[in-house]
Amino acid sequence: MNFKKTLVTLAATVACSAALADINIGVSLALTGPGSGLGIPMQNQLKLFPKTIAGEKVNLIVLDDATDPGKGSANARRFVTEDKVDVIFGSCITAVAAAMTDIASEAGTVQVAGSPVGVPAGKDKWLFRLPQSNTVMGHAVVEHMKKQGVKTIGFLGYTDAYGEQWLKEITPQLDKAGIKIVATERFARTDTSVTPQALKINAANPDAVLIVASGSGAAMPQLGMVERGYKGKIYQTHAAATQDLMRVGGKAVEGTFVVSGPAVIAEQLPDSHPSKKVSMDFVSKFEAANGPKSRNQFAGHAYDFQVTMEKVLPAALKKAKPGTPEFRAAIRDGIEGMGRTVFAHGVMNWTKDDHWGYTMETGVMLKVVDGQFAVER
Amino acid sequence: MDFSIASILMLDGATNGAIYALLGLATVLVFTVTRVIFIPQGEFVAYGALTMAMLQAGKVPGTVWLLMMLAVLAAVMECWSRWHHDRNLIHGIKSGIVMAIPPLLIACVTLWAAPQNFPVPVQALLSIAVVATFGPLVYRIAYQSLESATPLVLLIVSVGVHFAMTGLGLLFFGAEGFRNPSFLTESWSVGPLNITGQVVIIFTTALLLIAALWMFFERTLFGKALRATAVNRTGARLMGISTHAAGQFTFLLAAGIGAISGLLIGPTTTVFYDSGFLIGLKGFVAAVVAGLSSYPGALVGALFVGVVESFGSFWASAFKEVIVFTMILPILLWRSLSSGHSDEEH
Repeated sequence: MNFKKTLVTLAATVACSAALADINIGVSLALTGPGSGLGIPMQNQLKLFPKTIAGEKVNLIVLDDATDPGKGSANARRFVTEDKVDVIFGSCITAVAAAMTDIASEAGTVQVAGSPVGVPAGKDKWLFRLPQSNTVMGHAVVEHMKKQGVKTIGFLGYTDAYGEQWLKEITPQLDKAGIKIVATERFARTDTSVTPQALKINAANPDAVLIVASGSGAAMPQLGMVERGYKGKIYQTHAAATQDLMRVGGKAVEGTFVVSGPAVIAEQLPDSHPSKKVSMDFVSKFEAANGPKSRNQFAGHAYDFQVTMEKVLPAALKKAKPGTPEFRAAIRDGIEGMGRTVFAHGVMNWTKDDHWGYTMETGVMLKVVDGQFAVER
Repeated sequence: MDFSIASILMLDGATNGAIYALLGLATVLVFTVTRVIFIPQGEFVAYGALTMAMLQAGKVPGTVWLLMMLAVLAAVMECWSRWHHDRNLIHGIKSGIVMAIPPLLIACVTLWAAPQNFPVPVQALLSIAVVATFGPLVYRIAYQSLESATPLVLLIVSVGVHFAMTGLGLLFFGAEGFRNPSFLTESWSVGPLNITGQVVIIFTTALLLIAALWMFFERTLFGKALRATAVNRTGARLMGISTHAAGQFTFLLAAGIGAISGLLIGPTTTVFYDSGFLIGLKGFVAAVVAGLSSYPGALVGALFVGVVESFGSFWASAFKEVIVFTMILPILLWRSLSSGHSDEEH
């Protein structure tokens, strides 16, 4: 009897260690709640994730964090204690990803976040971000403004972290370019009117207005500016680079300049853009699986995660066995040392000191022409 | 700041104020009749605007499914409580059916009408009908069995209803916002002002609704019955006025006013599933100005909130909400000093 028990235990141990030898990736995404619009496309992209990398089986453990930071940290805790994952991917929501960061770094597990988590440099030893930083996107905006001869701008942004970050990141760049911010106004996504802010900016009469807002919330301030008869240039940030801008804004958003990552406009990219080939690959595979026009910035981030893993894991496998702390450290070192890598979303160059990583050649300037985005050359 | 800017700000503030006035009136109405501080009032605004947006896109709005579910739930509750009351199953089933028929009928009509692309006024009426019907159902399901509870308990229920409705709004309408086309595209220039057709519609509708409410409460027997319930519930019951019916009817009015407000602001701003809360809260501030009891007071309060908000966002847009909601403190102080102390629980 005892012997039988021992046998069973032995078999179970063997089975366990076999499972441990696989590469485990913990994925926490907002599949429900307000962030589900971001999380679901990412999950769709992850369905195309390779089953094996360098001959090793890869298990994706996908959990829903319901756009809730508490749930996110519980997921992260489960990943590092129960599943003993080698890499954590997620979340797509900044607040949720931030809640996971401490747990991941305590356990010495790499976290690749699909959102721009603003952890101070030095505290992000185990954290890598896939979205472009506002600095990189701001660079493209400022360069374009310089070319257009813009001397003064008005800032009209969300009264939240997104608006604040943009203002903070872009101010020094504008200073350097000799462009002055003559009016700084705020609004909230759910406001019933931006007329007063638009009036004030109009009174300062800047050459251009930079609107910092996201999705369908980006159209309302622009409509407000146009209603007040503003005739200058209007710039929007990459969070506004969706069809919703035109759906809500209609004719009023014609001629708007929108900065964007390259992934969603793959076909239109000039051949000289480094991401052209990779973006095309992402778009064609994603849309083959999910239907035409289904492409999405966040699905692109999930694709880039796959690119990272395909590059980093084979080297890490040579150094250590999956499931061990050495393997996790090898992944981290691999990501830091992977050098200039072309992503669907731009050119990534993560280094020891820079865990944001995108190079300045990433941002693409679009212009709204006839209700469609066209690349501004 | 010169005269032209000030007048534009005044117009903008008064336009928003007119919407807050409607919501403030609904808040006062609900509070006086049922003692419920109706936080989800704003949700009906978002539901109204988004239902309209869905109908314009030729899609079946998710609110229709919700309406059906709530109708069935309310019918079951009604049936059970009736049966519990007089042990007569036939009576129970009858009153359950009576409860469920109007919402189910409206839901079916909307289901049929959604893909037909009817003219805008028909769609608007349908949206109002769908959203207004939520009122009695919400009252039946969430509040009716707690009718005699303290205002604090009712307030807590309101918070719960608010979260439930916001969550369901997200489920049915998605995270993106919608902007409805204007009912009237003309616009007129008066000095520095540019008065759009929508602004005219907002003011006219608000005035008409306020007048209609006034007529209803002053001139009709049912309106007077509601006022009687507001003054003294027990007395009203002794006179044969059903507090259930009064509560459900009040919620019907409140939800209807919410839906109309939603249609009014739909073309002037982008409405999200969660837009209603802040709008409703500003209506609530207006109602507080009126001590939650006076309709003309709520109207004045709402215009005041709208204008303060407008000037506030001109001078310090980052602190706009802070300015609007901090205003409630001096108002409460002034009210408590001027009205004297009262132990009475309304």
